[in-house]
Amino acid sequence: MERDQETGRISRREIIKWFTAAAAASQVGPLGTWGQDATAAAGEPVAVGYGKDPKVTDIYKPGDVWPLTLSRKQRETVTVLADAILPKDEWGPAASDLGVPEFIDEWVSAPYPKQQRSRESILPGLEVADTLSQERFGKSLAELSPSQISTLLEDAAKAKGKRTLLGRAETFFYEFTGLCMGAYYGTPEGWKAIGYVGNVPLPTFDGPPQEVLDKLGLEQTVK
Amino acid sequence: MPTISIDQAKPEYDVVIVGSGAGGGQMAYTLTLAGLKCVMLEAGRSYDPLTETPMFQRADQAPLGGSSTPDKDMGFWDATIDGGWEVPGEPYTQGSDHKDEQFTWWRARMMGGRTNHWGRISLRNGPYDFKPYSYDGLGFDWPISYEDVAPYYDKVEMLIGVFGTNEGMENIPDSPLGVLLPPPKGRVGDLLAQKTGKKLGVPVVPIHRAVLTKQLDADTIPAKLHPGNKRAQKIVGDSMRSRAACFWATNCGRGCSIKATYQSTTVHLPPALESGNLDIIPNAHAREVLIGQDGKADGVLFVDKTTGKEERVKGKVVVLAASSGESVRILLNSKSNRHPDGIGNGNGVVGKWVMDTVASSLQGQIPALENLPPHNEDGAGGSHFYSPWWGLEAQRQGKLDFARGYHIEIGSTRRMPGGGSPVSMRYLRGLHGAKLKEDARRYYGSFINFASRGHMIPNEHCYAELDSDVKDKWGIPVLKWHWKWSENEMKIVMHGEHTFADMIEEMGGKPTRKLANNGYEVVRPGGNVKHEVGGARMGDDPNDSVCNKWNQTWDVKNLFLADAAPFVSNADKNPTLTIMALAWRCADRIIEESAKGNL
Ligand SMILES: Cc1cc2nc3c(=O)[nH]c(=O)nc-3n(C[C@H](O)[C@H](O)[C@H](O)COP(=O)(O)OP(=O)(O)OC[C@H]3O[C@@H](n4cnc5c(N)ncnc54)[C@H](O)[C@@H]3O)c2cc1C
Ligand code: SF4
Repeated sequence: MERDQETGRISRREIIKWFTAAAAASQVGPLGTWGQDATAAAGEPVAVGYGKDPKVTDIYKPGDVWPLTLSRKQRETVTVLADAILPKDEWGPAASDLGVPEFIDEWVSAPYPKQQRSRESILPGLEVADTLSQERFGKSLAELSPSQISTLLEDAAKAKGKRTLLGRAETFFYEFTGLCMGAYYGTPEGWKAIGYVGNVPLPTFDGPPQEVLDKLGLEQTVK
Repeated sequence: MPTISIDQAKPEYDVVIVGSGAGGGQMAYTLTLAGLKCVMLEAGRSYDPLTETPMFQRADQAPLGGSSTPDKDMGFWDATIDGGWEVPGEPYTQGSDHKDEQFTWWRARMMGGRTNHWGRISLRNGPYDFKPYSYDGLGFDWPISYEDVAPYYDKVEMLIGVFGTNEGMENIPDSPLGVLLPPPKGRVGDLLAQKTGKKLGVPVVPIHRAVLTKQLDADTIPAKLHPGNKRAQKIVGDSMRSRAACFWATNCGRGCSIKATYQSTTVHLPPALESGNLDIIPNAHAREVLIGQDGKADGVLFVDKTTGKEERVKGKVVVLAASSGESVRILLNSKSNRHPDGIGNGNGVVGKWVMDTVASSLQGQIPALENLPPHNEDGAGGSHFYSPWWGLEAQRQGKLDFARGYHIEIGSTRRMPGGGSPVSMRYLRGLHGAKLKEDARRYYGSFINFASRGHMIPNEHCYAELDSDVKDKWGIPVLKWHWKWSENEMKIVMHGEHTFADMIEEMGGKPTRKLANNGYEVVRPGGNVKHEVGGARMGDDPNDSVCNKWNQTWDVKNLFLADAAPFVSNADKNPTLTIMALAWRCADRIIEESAKGNL
């Protein structure tokens, strides 16, 4: 099996092979079954989903169910970019402190159609971002300072819809930010940052506090 | 859950029940507590909500943050096992390629069926819902009336525990005093919708859901459910005491390990097993009903999924409760010389008059809800408020261009984030850093969802038949679904669309998408609300129905249907409470008739 020597991760070509094997297997059974039944022709491992009866009470981390596939360089780019998008500040820690890069790696490595499509835009997107960085600062994105990345993000934001390199970068940043948001706010620190309170057993449910009702001119009608 | 394998089965049972969901669970409960020996065949594996429910698991503890995949269509923690829109090795087919004529079929293959993850919304059909033809000349009447079912609605509500209020509205039945549990407090979105609805003439009130907002009264309810049956009272009382009240956290769709919400696996099956009268065979996929020399059903032929072998189990009575579509399939596959087109299908009615709930939704972004002080909105793990159909008077005055109606389910959005962005990225495009975090916080929880759930009038274009080519992995012919909405349903959808837009505007907000020009743009496909009912309807005339008013098939007098297959119409009210009420009523009939030796 081909592996990225540096990281021990499996190469992109390898992944495509898996997906092809999996897709072929999917023609045998209905959608969703292929993860469990697929076997690669060469007897090599096949990237599989968790199936229709995973152990849902277990605690998982990225890499537990299918291998992570980003190269070290890709992972570095993802990390600095995620940290520029969701930096450490008064609201909470930096993206990389909350496992955002690992989540993105898990996402683009997942053997499901939606994630495979995501992979098809995220991986080239990382290259677009890197090219932009080279053009602008003569360095790869992973080597930029946070404020330089900010500049790129701001410039790209102004190029929304344009068919330029900057415009393409904007589309990528948009999708990438969405992934970061899902990962970041799925953590207790993220909950705090966004203002979610819950997931704890309570003896009573009291509804919105008076302060909230007052702000909206509402009255609790269930006494 | 204790189960047996086929070689441990008794030579014969009083009753063979196929399926362990709402209908099968209720059937087993009622029959076994009355002393009948039952065996239940369940196609899925055994399942124990007490140990298998992921109550507090967070997004950062699940693959892909718990978001949905083809393996778990409603997210990683959804309680559905071995099912969803596709069941491996068990396809179904479409009668048409047209995009508006697709039927989607949600199935679960597990002990307790879809009751492990259903929405728990438990609404009674009203008097007009049983006599819709008499009311407005459309569709068909049921052979039973609200009065026939009311006592069973009472019993089911007392057994499973349903919160809600009596609003005294036309065709929205009140429950007897003391039956309903207290409703939970309104969330911000509920209260805002309620205030807005007042101005627009749309009532917004507590919904009815099968969640224990307090523990059931185990000292008094069992005697009301099982008068004169001390043993049943004891078993049911103990079972009720083992159910905790809701602790106002976690999503009911994952199931409930403290038994605060109704699942067949926590409410129906444990007392049935405790009675000593129930054997459950899991991984048992029923193929057909077996008919004896005398023309009566004498058992069920099934595939033991653990061995792939065909097996038989014998019973004096057979009850199908495999979910309406699957029971229809079993009837059609039960072919013999006596029943060349399947049981009950001499008149060609099996599979006909299938219905779902007509549904659409609209979300609004409400500036007044931005940047609210953080507060806990978990509540009862699902909806708290809804709008019962309010348009009967307007219809009588000729002000509406459609018949029947819909209810609105109201959804707040201050939910546990994870998987995807907690705020639609449309609102955050081009942002990063502090501004991104501030705006995420600003918009989080500022959205309200309005979902319509509408009445469907049965039409001849909606039916299921056996596919002549496609078989499942055991070689059993599968269902081919045919679907077509009628204009009335599209008008219901558009009325909802405009009502939601008016509500959102009145709240000072904006819809998050463009309004539809016609219903087809936003209606969910047939079956998509997972309220598929009908296909073996009940009636007074054996020529145009499959079973009589007791859910008893005309063709085979000891064969009963205890899921939604006998439904004659599909009111806007979600079907499960009615499935359970009719199953209990049917079980009472089986008990009586068995005692008289009539079966
Ligand atoms: C996400 C979701 C939300 C819902 N929300 C609501 C709601 O809020 N309110 C409401 O009223 N309804 C709701 N429903 C619908 C509700 O779940 C069903 O109406 C109800 O479960 C039907 O009960 P049943 O017994 O007919 O079928 P099921 O609950 O589907 O049970 C059927 C059982 O039969 C088994 N089976 C199938 N075929 C065979 C076979 N050949 N042999 C042996 N066993 C077989 C299945 O494995 C299953 O366990 C919801 C459904 C879903 C999916
Ligand atoms: S919200 Fe309440 S009823 Fe629902 S799962 Fe949680 S504890 Fe159980």
